[in-house]
Amino acid sequence: MQVTMTVNGTEVSRDIEPRTLLVHFLRDTLGLTGTHWGCDTSNCGVCVVWVDERPVKSCTMLAAMAGGKSVRTVEGLERDGELDPVQRGFMECHGLQCGYCTPGMMMTARWLLDHNPDPTEGEIREAISGQICRCTGYSTIVRSIRWAATHENSSSIESPETAGSPS
Amino acid sequence: MTATPETAADPRDRRQTEFEDNDQKPIGFGRMLRKEDPRLIRGRGRFVDDVQLPGMLHLAILRAPVAHARIISVDTSAAEAHPKVRLVVTGAMLQEKGLAWMPTLSNDVQSVLATDKVRFQGQEVAFVVAEDRYSARDALELIDVEYEELTPVVDARRALDPSMPVIRDDLEGKTDNHIFDWETGDAAATEAAFAKADVVVTEDIVYPRVHPAPMETHAAVADFDRVEEKLTLWSTSQAPHAHRTLYAIVAGLPEHKIRVIAPDIGGGFGGKVPIYPGYVCAIVGSILLGVPVKWAEDRAENLTSGSFARDYIMRGEIAATKDGKILAIRTNVLADHGAFNGQAAPTKYPVGFFGVFTGSYDIEAAYAKVTAVYTNKAPGGVAYACSFRITEAVHLVERLVTSLALEMGIDQAEIRLRNFIRPEQFPYETKTGWVYDSGNYEETMRESMRIAGYEELLAEREEKRARGELMGIGVSFFTEAVGAGPRRKMDILGLGMADGCELRIHPTGKAVVRLSVKTQGQGHETTFAQIVSEEIGIPPADIEVVHGDTDNTPFGLGTYGSRSTPVSGAAAALVARKVRDKAQIIASGMLEVSVDDLEWEKGSFHVKGDPSASVTIQDIAMRAHGAGDLPDGLEGGLEAQICYNPENLTYPNGAYICVVDVDKGTGEVKVRRFIAVDDCGTRINPMIIEGQIHGGLVDGIGMALMEIIEFDEWGNCLGGSFMDYLIPTALECPDWETGFTVTPSPHHPIGAKGVGESATVGSPPAIVNAVVDALYPLGIRNVDMPMTPSRVWDAIQGHPRPPI
Repeated sequence: MQVTMTVNGTEVSRDIEPRTLLVHFLRDTLGLTGTHWGCDTSNCGVCVVWVDERPVKSCTMLAAMAGGKSVRTVEGLERDGELDPVQRGFMECHGLQCGYCTPGMMMTARWLLDHNPDPTEGEIREAISGQICRCTGYSTIVRSIRWAATHENSSSIESPETAGSPS
Repeated sequence: MTATPETAADPRDRRQTEFEDNDQKPIGFGRMLRKEDPRLIRGRGRFVDDVQLPGMLHLAILRAPVAHARIISVDTSAAEAHPKVRLVVTGAMLQEKGLAWMPTLSNDVQSVLATDKVRFQGQEVAFVVAEDRYSARDALELIDVEYEELTPVVDARRALDPSMPVIRDDLEGKTDNHIFDWETGDAAATEAAFAKADVVVTEDIVYPRVHPAPMETHAAVADFDRVEEKLTLWSTSQAPHAHRTLYAIVAGLPEHKIRVIAPDIGGGFGGKVPIYPGYVCAIVGSILLGVPVKWAEDRAENLTSGSFARDYIMRGEIAATKDGKILAIRTNVLADHGAFNGQAAPTKYPVGFFGVFTGSYDIEAAYAKVTAVYTNKAPGGVAYACSFRITEAVHLVERLVTSLALEMGIDQAEIRLRNFIRPEQFPYETKTGWVYDSGNYEETMRESMRIAGYEELLAEREEKRARGELMGIGVSFFTEAVGAGPRRKMDILGLGMADGCELRIHPTGKAVVRLSVKTQGQGHETTFAQIVSEEIGIPPADIEVVHGDTDNTPFGLGTYGSRSTPVSGAAAALVARKVRDKAQIIASGMLEVSVDDLEWEKGSFHVKGDPSASVTIQDIAMRAHGAGDLPDGLEGGLEAQICYNPENLTYPNGAYICVVDVDKGTGEVKVRRFIAVDDCGTRINPMIIEGQIHGGLVDGIGMALMEIIEFDEWGNCLGGSFMDYLIPTALECPDWETGFTVTPSPHHPIGAKGVGESATVGSPPAIVNAVVDALYPLGIRNVDMPMTPSRVWDAIQGHPRPPI
C-alpha cells in the first residue's frame, strides 16, 4: 500500500506492506536509524517519536496509521544546524551512556518542556516513566532536562564541535 | 563550562570541587564532556541493527516451545516454498558441516541449533533467511517440528535426584546433572573458629536468576565475501578479538580472514560477552548464500534464551566473639547453570571470583563449597555487571554481617568498622588467597556516614519505630576484585587475559590510540583520550580513540569484569610513556642537550634550569616525521605498541547506605535515599565515574525490588517480556547521593582501579539490609530478592518465602 506522511518537515511517500510498523518504516525504509527498537510491548520507549505533536511508541503503531500525519524523530530535533537545548542538556549533564534510549528520552523531554517549561524533578520523572534507561539511573537525565529548561532561550550556545573538549 | 545550579547548590555532593579543578586543567584527568555524545544525541550512532548493506537478507530463528523434549522430526518444506525465503537450516544440516555445537565460555559445549533434544524453552532449533524481516518470521510458522516431551528439571535443589532425567545425555558417559564441585578456604580451621565462637548466625539467601537486559538486544550482520573469502561480522560484542579467535576455531575460517566489528553498542552489562547461536547462524547464512545476512533478536528472545546471571542458592554462616569480632565465614552454595554451562569466567575459576566472599574484613578462617548443576533453563552464569560472581559473594557476606549486627544489637556501621582490614595491612592476603592491593575502608565508611547524616538517620528511625512506622537503614561495604588477568592465572578458553594498545602521533601532533577493549556506553572514547592526554600532554580533543574493530586494533580480551581501565587503561598509559621516552630522545637532539638534561612538563620538554629552551610534543612529532636528522640510531615516526599483562587484580571498594520506608499495609518498599561512596583509586573523569555508579545503583534497585526470571513447573520462562521482567523506571529511583575517597592502586601505572560494576555489586545488600532492618522489630530476619510488595507483605504476615 502507498503511505504518505511528513517526516521531519519533508513529505515522504512509499509503497509498504500494510503491517509495517512505524519504527521499521522509519528505520528500514527511510534509513532514519536514530529511532530504536527495544521491546515490542510498549514498555521501554526507545522507539518514541512524535506523531502530530504527541510522543508515541512507534513499535506499537502501524506506519499506515501515521499516513497523512506529521512525524518528528530525533533527526528532526536539531533546527538549522543548531542543537535543541534538550540535546545540549543531555551532553552537559551526562544524561546518556550507551545512547540507545536517548533519542526516545529526548523526544519526550522536548514535548514536556513545550507543555511545561519549568518542570519539577517529580514532573520530569513522571514524564519519562514510560521509558527505560538501563545505564544512567535517571538522575542525570532529570538534570539534563532541567538544564534544558534553564537554557531554553539562551543564544550563547556552546557549539557542538567543542563538546569533545575539556570544559 | 560551569556547574548547573542544581549540582552546585547540593552541599552533599563533592562534584562541585571537581568542576572547579577541571576548569584549570584542560589536559588529562578531570570532568570532560564525552567525545561520543555529539553523534549519539543526533541519532547518528551506528548500532548493529542500523547496518544496512546492499542485497542484505534477514535471518530469524525458530525456538523451542518446551523446556525438555526429544526432536522426532523437522519438516521445512513449507517454509522453503515461501516465495521470499532463500534458506532454511536445521540442526541436522549444521551437524553435517560439523557446526551444530560450539564451545561455551566455560569449555562446555552448546547447541547452535538443536539436533537431538531441546534443553530449554527458547533454544534455537532452525533458522530461516528471507528477503525481509517480516517474511523470515512468517516462514518460522511454516516449519513443523515434532517433539516427544520429556520431564523438565526445573528446581535446582532436585537436579541431582537419581529420579531426574539426564539433561546432557549428549556428553559421553554423563549419568546425572552434576557439573562440578568447587571449594576454597580451610574447612578444618573454619570449623575450629566456629567452635570457639560466642555467636553464630545462619541465613539461607537466594540470589535469583536475573537478566542483563540491555536496551539493545543481541544482533549481528554477517558479510562473507566469496572472492576474498573474508568474513566481516558486525556484532553486539563486548570482546571482539576473543570472538574472532573463537570463530576461527569453531568455523574453521582462517583468523586473518575474519573481521569482527563491534560498532556502537546499546548496553552490555556482561550479556554481550558470550557468542550466541544467532551470531553463528548469521555467519552460516552468509557463507551459504554469499550475501550479507542480518540477525536481530526481539526482546522475548533476548529474555528467554540468552545470558542469565546469578541463580545462586546460598546457606551462609558467620561466627563472632561476644564483642562483635568476626572470626569466620562459611558457605555452601547450589549454583544453577542452566542447560549448558555458559559461565563467563577465567578457566581456572569455575565460580568466577566468588572466593572474595570474606569481604572487607580481617577474619581468622573461611570456607566455601559450591555445587553446580544443569537444569532445563537457558545457559546461565554470564556476568551481569557482577565482576565474575563477586555480586553473589558480596551479597552473602554483607547480608551475614548485617544479620550478625542485628542479632547482637550492634549498629551495622559499627560492626563493620570493628572488623575492617586496616590500611596498614595492605597488601592483604585473604583466607581464600586473594591479595587486596589497597584500601582505607574506615575513611570510606565514615565519608558515607557523613554524607548520610548517619546519626540523624538512626534517631529518625527510632522516632518512626515508636510511631509504628517501618523505616529501615541498610549498610553494605564491598570489596571487588577486577581487572583480570594476570595471564599466568587467568584465561578465557586458553586466551590469556591481557590487552594491547597502540598509539601513533601524527606529524601535526594529533594522535590516534587503538584499544582492544570495547565500550558499551562506558565512554572509552573519552576516558582513554584523557589517559593518553595525561601522559603525553596532547589535548583529549586531538586524540582519536579507535576500538571495536579487529582489523584496526591490537589483540586483547575485551570489556567485562570492570577490566577496561585496570588493564587497557594501564596499557594506554604505558604506551604513551613509551612514546614519550622516544620523544625525549628526539627532543634532546632538537635542543642539543643530553636526554638526562631534559625535564617533562605535561606537553613539552625543556632544558633543566632553562624553561625557555623547550620543545612541545607537537614540535617533536613534526621532527619525528619531518626532514633533518634524528639522533643516531633512532628510527623516524612517533608511535608504539604494547600488550599489558596486569600484575594483580585491582580492588575497588565502597560504603553504601540505603534508607527505605516500607508500607505496612501493602508491603511496598520505597528507597528514599541512597548514599554511595566509592573508592576506585585515581579518578580519570569524575562525571563518567559518577555515571557508572548511578547505573549500577539502578541495577541494584532492579535486582533488590523487581527483577527475576522465574519458571513454572514445566520450565516455561515467566519473564519473557518487559511486562513480566520489570526494570526500574525513574519513579522507583531516588536522586542518588555520591561521594568518594581516593586510595590509588599501588601496582597500576596511574593508580586506577575500575568502577563499572561497583554499584551493581554493592547496592543490593544495602537495600535488602535496609528492608530487613525496617522489618526487624516484627521478628523478620531475612527477605529474599526481589522484594516485591507481595513477598514483603507475606514476610510481614509471618510467611516469608524464597523466590525459588
